[in-house]
Amino acid sequence: MASSLRRYGRRAVSMCRTRKPAFSTSCDDTSLLPQSGTSINLFSAINQALHIALETDSRAYVFGEDVSFGGVFRCTTGLADRFGKHRVFNTPLCEQGIVGFGVGLAAMGNRAIAEIQFADYIYPAFDQIVNEAAKFRYRSGNQFNCGGLTIRAPYGAVGHGGHYHSQSPEAFFCHVPGIKVVIPRSPQQAKGLLLSCIRDSNPIVFFEPKWLYRLAVEEVPEHDYMLPLSEAEVIREGSDITLVGWGAQLSIMEEACLDAEKDGISCELIDLKTLIPWDKETVEASVRKTGRLLISHEAPVTGGFGAEISASIVERCFLRLEAPVARICGLDTPFPLVFETFYLPTKNKILDAIKSTVNY
Amino acid sequence: MAIWFTRSKNIAHYLNLKRYVGVSAGIVLLNHTSLNSSLQSSTIPLSRDNRRTPPAATCFGSSATLFSLRRFESTEAEKRLYDYEDEYQALDFPGGKVAFTSEMQFISESAEKRVPCYRVLDDHGQLVMGSSFEQVSKEAAVKMYGNMVTLQIMDTIFYEAQRQGRISFYVTSLGEEAINIASAAALTADDIILPQYREPGILLWRGFTLQEFANQCFGNEADYGKGRQMPIHYGSRKHNFFTISSPIATQLPQAVGAAYSLKMDKKDACVVTYFGDGGSSEGDFHASLNFAAVMEAPVIFICRNNGWAISTPILEQFRSDGVVVKGQAYGIRSIRVDGNDALAVYSAVHTAREMAISEQRPILVEALTYRVGHHSTSDDSTKYRPADEIEYWKMARNPVNRFRKWVEKNGWWSDKDESELRSNVRKQVEVGKLFICLLNPFSSGQLSKFSLTCYTSMQLLQAIQVAEKMEKPPLVDLFTDVYDLPPSNLLEQERLLKETIKRHPQDYPSDVPV
Repeated sequence: MASSLRRYGRRAVSMCRTRKPAFSTSCDDTSLLPQSGTSINLFSAINQALHIALETDSRAYVFGEDVSFGGVFRCTTGLADRFGKHRVFNTPLCEQGIVGFGVGLAAMGNRAIAEIQFADYIYPAFDQIVNEAAKFRYRSGNQFNCGGLTIRAPYGAVGHGGHYHSQSPEAFFCHVPGIKVVIPRSPQQAKGLLLSCIRDSNPIVFFEPKWLYRLAVEEVPEHDYMLPLSEAEVIREGSDITLVGWGAQLSIMEEACLDAEKDGISCELIDLKTLIPWDKETVEASVRKTGRLLISHEAPVTGGFGAEISASIVERCFLRLEAPVARICGLDTPFPLVFETFYLPTKNKILDAIKSTVNY
Repeated sequence: MAIWFTRSKNIAHYLNLKRYVGVSAGIVLLNHTSLNSSLQSSTIPLSRDNRRTPPAATCFGSSATLFSLRRFESTEAEKRLYDYEDEYQALDFPGGKVAFTSEMQFISESAEKRVPCYRVLDDHGQLVMGSSFEQVSKEAAVKMYGNMVTLQIMDTIFYEAQRQGRISFYVTSLGEEAINIASAAALTADDIILPQYREPGILLWRGFTLQEFANQCFGNEADYGKGRQMPIHYGSRKHNFFTISSPIATQLPQAVGAAYSLKMDKKDACVVTYFGDGGSSEGDFHASLNFAAVMEAPVIFICRNNGWAISTPILEQFRSDGVVVKGQAYGIRSIRVDGNDALAVYSAVHTAREMAISEQRPILVEALTYRVGHHSTSDDSTKYRPADEIEYWKMARNPVNRFRKWVEKNGWWSDKDESELRSNVRKQVEVGKLFICLLNPFSSGQLSKFSLTCYTSMQLLQAIQVAEKMEKPPLVDLFTDVYDLPPSNLLEQERLLKETIKRHPQDYPSDVPV
């Protein structure tokens, strides 16, 4: 893991970025030991998952804006050529249509894999997601369901995205019973989680950290594998403080953990992976061990999903906690362009919070 | 890009006739009726000739020449233009060749005439001379009439039940019985229905029982929806009727997705989805028509244009010529039909279905009608429209009576032996027993509106009594089906809730088993 981080550091410097993104999977899970893995980036891992999904289920479809030629992030490269234009196709520019169409297609027993070009544009589809997809099974008394629906969308900071190419809207969806929200941290995770999402019997919103599309590179097994949903993963063990995050933010948190270690603070880092329904048990067990919790996400702090994690853990672990739960998140502003670095929850903001929490 | 010029008079004239008249923007008032003629060049025979609807295969080879000649003859303005000898050029742009003109002309915001409305029966149930329609068998016609009457009675009794506080809410379909029943009759059981909420007649036609309707309205343990939604939010998988949801027009893009599935599976079936005039203003309407055209999905969009979206009349809903003209904007074949003429509705939907399946394309059907009832039991429509207008449509333009007259004229319906039946019914009621099976007018062969009305009313009252007494679904159904399997947070919440109920049982209704 350390060597891959070094590699990213060099790459980051050469790209003049202040962030050092990209992350790799921990080796705890033996099912992931590559039988035949190749070093690929995130969009290639997503692409592999989609190839496998369409190959293994003749009733799986991929559709959205510009997916046919390969997509604006190349996640759908080669699919139309291999599976045909009836299974992989462009849609008109209309998110409410894309998701509504996907709901109907899924309701007929198909795997409908819809792409929203940027998470920033998912809002026109909010009605179809919240009022329709999320309630489809429940309101019909389980006569109907659209469990075959998976909505993929790139999310998060990219260095120059501004208001409308950087948003992290996961909190809006975490408030909706009936759907699942899943966010991978790395290529290997993304492939396994996406396949699980596609094959899950519930409608799922899958946010892909766009910053990592090119920059995160790791060994990804070439075979068909799935990773469990609603199971958080302890990717770094520690004893003084628990850190919880998801997606690209984990790599920032990892750096903060490394720096904290130099000051003798042992950090436990957890990747939540599935935001709803989320794995409270793993986080609770960790906080019982450490007595401290810090949550970090790019989305604005007020009403962000960190608030839910904080409230739930305080309910469960109040007497065990040595300090208030810390949230290091984006500011309560639209995502700015020139001020991006000021807005984001950076490594040093997290490190400062680790120290003040431990020294509370 | 190929750009070529026609300078000679002869070639220009030839080209005008053959190709470019239809697409030229050089006409001040683009005659929409003739544009529609071109699309409906196959359907023109329906209104003018004495023959039945021709089979789909021969209908739709619209000839550009024929179309342009018709247009060429239609208006003075067009004639003058050709005398001018304007220079016509054809230009290639992404999206196809288009003629252009040096005269700046705007297409008018409306056509000279509104799109005509297809009807077959006049207001007195008489077949219009020379009308063309799909023949309906005696059995089908009687079933259609019976269902229309049943729907009326069902609506009346459930509405009253809500007024009495026995159910919380109800929505009637009064005035729209022909759209409901005739459209359902024109489809097969394999066609997938995605309704709005004013189409229970389709379920009725497909065999949903009065007891099943009542169960959903009471949200009891036999409700297929497990008591989760308000009354009238029916859904039935076995009848291929997707569960109703309250948000308007959300079913429309879903219908396109479902139709795409049928297309991929090469099924001999289509999707039929319904919405109102109000629903056509929603974004989902525009999204779905556009998607349907691009995906070439076998879906029929049926608009029940009943004049009102709660209290909002047509003029405050849109300024187009209704909904039918919007079809062409998306490249969809469309028809306007008299929604109170059951035969016309039946014919149009039957033909639309054939087209949708054989040609794998969407069709838009606008059925003009009137919402006789209030929007729902939460509405009093006399607050925003005159009572005599409602009365007029209820009596003089009643679709059920109109169809009955036609059925009667065919000798398929009679009110014979009515007095005997009346006394039979009276006896049964006096004795206090409901010999429903003996009264069944379909088995007794003595079909009359009276007997049908009594039979249905009593069935319905009994269904309501049974539904009312039944227990509600058990508490566990609050937590199931949110996901395929309940996640840990729901299991925890169920546990905590049960503890709360033990402590405060008086806070909770007694008809929900814990």
